[in-house]
Amino acid sequence: MRKLFLIIQREYLSRIKKKSFIIMTLITPILFSGIIVIPVLLEVQGNEGRNIAVIDENTFIPQLFDEIGSNKFHYLDDVSIDMKSTLVGNYDAVLHIPKTGSLKDIQNKLSIYSNMQISLALKDDIENHLEEKLTLQQLVNFGLDPNKIEEAEININIETIVVGEDGEEVKGDSGASLGLGFISGFLIYIFIFMYGAMVMRSVIEEKTNRIIEVIISSVKPFQLMIGKITGVALVGLTQFILWVILGGIILTFAQNFFIPEVIPTGISNQQLEGSNEFLSMFKGISLLQFGLSFLFYFLGGYLLYGSLFAAVGSVVDQEADSQQFMLPITIPLILSFIMSQQIIDNPHGDIAFWASMFPLTSPIIMMVRLPFGVPTYELFLSMALLIVGFLGSIWLTAKIYRTGILMYGKKANYKEIWKWIKYKE
Amino acid sequence: MSNILELNKITKNYGDSTILRQVSLDIKKGSAFGLLGPNGAGKTTLIRIINQITAPDSGQIIFNGEAFKREHIAQIGYLPEERGLYRGMKVGDQSLYLAQLKGLSRKEAIERLKYWFKKLEMKGWWDKKIDELSKGMAQKVQFISTVIHEPKLLILDEPFTGFDPINANIIKNEILELKKKNTTIIFSTHRMESIEELCDDIALINKGECILKGKLNEVKKQFKENLFEVKTKDEISKVEGFEILNKKENTYLIKGNDSSVPNQLLQLLIPQTEIISFNELLPSINDIFIRKIKEQ
Repeated sequence: MRKLFLIIQREYLSRIKKKSFIIMTLITPILFSGIIVIPVLLEVQGNEGRNIAVIDENTFIPQLFDEIGSNKFHYLDDVSIDMKSTLVGNYDAVLHIPKTGSLKDIQNKLSIYSNMQISLALKDDIENHLEEKLTLQQLVNFGLDPNKIEEAEININIETIVVGEDGEEVKGDSGASLGLGFISGFLIYIFIFMYGAMVMRSVIEEKTNRIIEVIISSVKPFQLMIGKITGVALVGLTQFILWVILGGIILTFAQNFFIPEVIPTGISNQQLEGSNEFLSMFKGISLLQFGLSFLFYFLGGYLLYGSLFAAVGSVVDQEADSQQFMLPITIPLILSFIMSQQIIDNPHGDIAFWASMFPLTSPIIMMVRLPFGVPTYELFLSMALLIVGFLGSIWLTAKIYRTGILMYGKKANYKEIWKWIKYKE
Repeated sequence: MSNILELNKITKNYGDSTILRQVSLDIKKGSAFGLLGPNGAGKTTLIRIINQITAPDSGQIIFNGEAFKREHIAQIGYLPEERGLYRGMKVGDQSLYLAQLKGLSRKEAIERLKYWFKKLEMKGWWDKKIDELSKGMAQKVQFISTVIHEPKLLILDEPFTGFDPINANIIKNEILELKKKNTTIIFSTHRMESIEELCDDIALINKGECILKGKLNEVKKQFKENLFEVKTKDEISKVEGFEILNKKENTYLIKGNDSSVPNQLLQLLIPQTEIISFNELLPSINDIFIRKIKEQ
């Protein structure tokens, strides 16, 4: 037991202390937060008020612009003025509405002049604004009552309610379920690959370094393997927890400092409302239950695949040779990732059910299904099967591992590996 | 003198092929034992069995009078032929890790490492990475890791490869010193001169079987060809019952028959001339090795 602890300690510390680990751990949340924060920041920046001149050569179009967001529009009386000289003045852009016969004709005739390309958001804003106003104007022109028009508009927003097993009704949101399920499935997929490959590389390293024989003259191969898998699992957990904490700090920082400074009202409130709304969407699923399930499937899936990766590492001499043995392992993993898109469409179908039971696919598929509501017995059955699955794969790996690590320079094939499995100790 | 290790009819199969067949060896406490054999003879498997890396299919092992069990590996030190260290790890951390895996406490391990680092002139290496060391330097680190837990039985597989002559000598002296402290040493090597120099007993393994074993001197005598090298003052022409094979100035190579003893030859020579040197030529282990393997 003391030796196992020593191995875990070495596997853990030697990775945690690596520069690459520290850099990865620091940079990833920054990158991810960047993906979230930068579009928001850009939007906020885009909303920095611009002055736009409007030259309307017609007389029959009502004055439509005044302000959109923080952009200010200025109608120019002198319609014959040259675009360039207008731009040189205090305007960021000039919207030109040329002379046309009717409102309908206006559709493709508008242009915006500017020295620097205007943002897509501003263009969209102007277009939407114009479409809405001009359509309304046209309808009025056709003789419809503006009040009736407003009355005719119908907006539909369907509320989804999940009826729990105990008959309790809870409002949910399938959009949010979809997002949550997909993201957690994807994370497990990435983690299994990342940390599984870490285990494999570490086994190969010991083999190519030839230290393996020294180590296993002190400890049993099984102890070394378990120590290694556990050590890397702890590295994974540490990294994940650090990411959650760092990501949280960065996002909070970004929310509290960046955004309100640029625009005190608006976005930040919207976001706040948004995040409240976001949380309320998950009332259909208990967040705690979801979090624990995530942790379980992350660890279970990692143990299952991580041990298989260790087996691959033990049969090859260098990473380049690992391809042929990696394939059968990566196929179910990639397949379950591809399948998850189908599962989202039909989270309670037969395929979804069986794929979430089968240990090689369940870590990803069950996470995708979970937000849509899965009966408790199904969840427990799947978990139990996963436990059986990883115990089985560890047992199998141990047999391959203890022989494989001592085979240098001999290219193994499946037939050979099958013989190893059958060897007595 | 009792035995530290007794192997009794050890057999090991991998699938259909037999790697070791009924191998029996006794290794005396405090002796130096040479384990010889061509590549692929089964030496490494035998050594792995002694290290409990793998288990025999049949046969008995007695360690220090007890049936072989897991705890005994703490009393064995093993320097494998294929050796290496964690390249990215610091020398100190690594030595500490390996020592602790052998069952030493952290404190004990640090103390002993300090002693060895000083002894082998490795001060200042503690914080260096293995990557920064030369091959010979890394071998020293490895040697320390092999002996740090003061094993009763030391198994050295090709211990001198990778060392320059100076360092090989340092290591050889350390091994001799350990032997003086009653450590039993099993050598597995192709360097026959080190076998002759260091070993008391030898065993020759070929194709999974032990084909020759015994005390080094007795084995040599068993294979002697009754050759004598004699240097004399005056020329000699004929010795009755002996054959002069070669003559170089006044040094003669003389062959007798199986019943010849040195005194016989001396008695015949003394009346003829003054003898400057007299030497019975025993075959080298190298010759015996080659002869025995070819016979099979």
